[in-house]
Amino acid sequence: MAQVSSIAEEQTSTPISSSKSITLRIAKYNPKHDESSQFMEFSVPYEKWTTVLEAILEVKKHFDHSIAVRYSCRQATCGSCGMMINGKPKLACFTKISELNSNVITVEPMSNFPIIRDLAVKFEKLFDSHHKIKPYIIRDDSELESDEREFLQSPKEVEQYIQFANCIKCGLCNSACPTMATDSSFVGPQALAQAYRYVADSRDKGKDTRLKIIDESHGIWRCHFAGSCSQVCPKGVDPAMGIQLLRGYLLGFRS
Amino acid sequence: MTSDEHKEGIRGMANPRRYGIERVAYLLMRLSGLGLLAYFVAHIYETSNILRGQVGWDEFLELTQTTEGHIFLTVVIGMCVFHTVNGVRVMLGHGGVGVGKPGRPDYPYDPASQNYRHKIGIYSAIVLAAAAMMYGLAVMFGE
Repeated sequence: MAQVSSIAEEQTSTPISSSKSITLRIAKYNPKHDESSQFMEFSVPYEKWTTVLEAILEVKKHFDHSIAVRYSCRQATCGSCGMMINGKPKLACFTKISELNSNVITVEPMSNFPIIRDLAVKFEKLFDSHHKIKPYIIRDDSELESDEREFLQSPKEVEQYIQFANCIKCGLCNSACPTMATDSSFVGPQALAQAYRYVADSRDKGKDTRLKIIDESHGIWRCHFAGSCSQVCPKGVDPAMGIQLLRGYLLGFRS
Repeated sequence: MTSDEHKEGIRGMANPRRYGIERVAYLLMRLSGLGLLAYFVAHIYETSNILRGQVGWDEFLELTQTTEGHIFLTVVIGMCVFHTVNGVRVMLGHGGVGVGKPGRPDYPYDPASQNYRHKIGIYSAIVLAAAAMMYGLAVMFGE
């Protein structure tokens, strides 16, 4: 199935004009009729600023229209284009080819997510876990009366959670997590970090509810602080920190 | 776990090459934990030989006085020291101690939880385990 093609040989409307090129290996797999994943190889020219997503879209445009890849914003905001790039989970739109220091770039679907086709994976489990921890402000007086002002917070109170509010739900943390690699029921670093985001919010009154949700056998205690989630996060969320701080509440170190 | 979940599995979990020294420490912690559990079971069996009297006890103890026995005990010493020192680091981290403070992250978003304090803790655990193993080797093979 492997084939080597060259974009430079094609007449394109928007060619990447560069003498430098890499070999892009793209995993092709359709669970409906393929037994295993196979790689297709393409020679792709690139510039200093060319991202992996742009390279994939070039291949998709000129050589293989059937490659399934999910993307949208192209600026690390939507969290759609997470995939394994040379063995590590990264956002394709946020990863420059020139930064990878490799002549061969292998892209595969994110690990620990069921594959829809090729590079596209299912996010149902991630969204279910995210929903499970009640990702919203919980309080009795959530509706403001006409004569009241908004729920004010000091800058210090905002700093307690704002980092974790940067989560774009790309799933890279869940893909890198060693517990997720073997435990299908683990709630995952994304959801746990979001649990901390709301527990640490001074406007929220749902701390006990959330702690009860995550205090179970496949919950927060399955995290062993390997820290891989934080290393791959493209938005600086640092889920490992959030999870340990959250565990501090359960262990009585925080109140 | 079904194959369509596309899990990395134990091979992915045990791959220490992709995520820095923290992932190496994670793997060593798991391996040393399993090793110490196996040693604990073996140790119970070993000490149960006391029921065979002085002769039986001495016979079994001779197994540890061989070259293989010394190397085995050296590995146990290394596992024990690493698991203890790294365990203290992990326990402190689990309580939220030394994992940094939340704040507005700046690019390139170096994670605060993977800070130098924890790296020092990991390297200390490795160095102390190596030193204890060398001391153990010197004592056991030195005579």
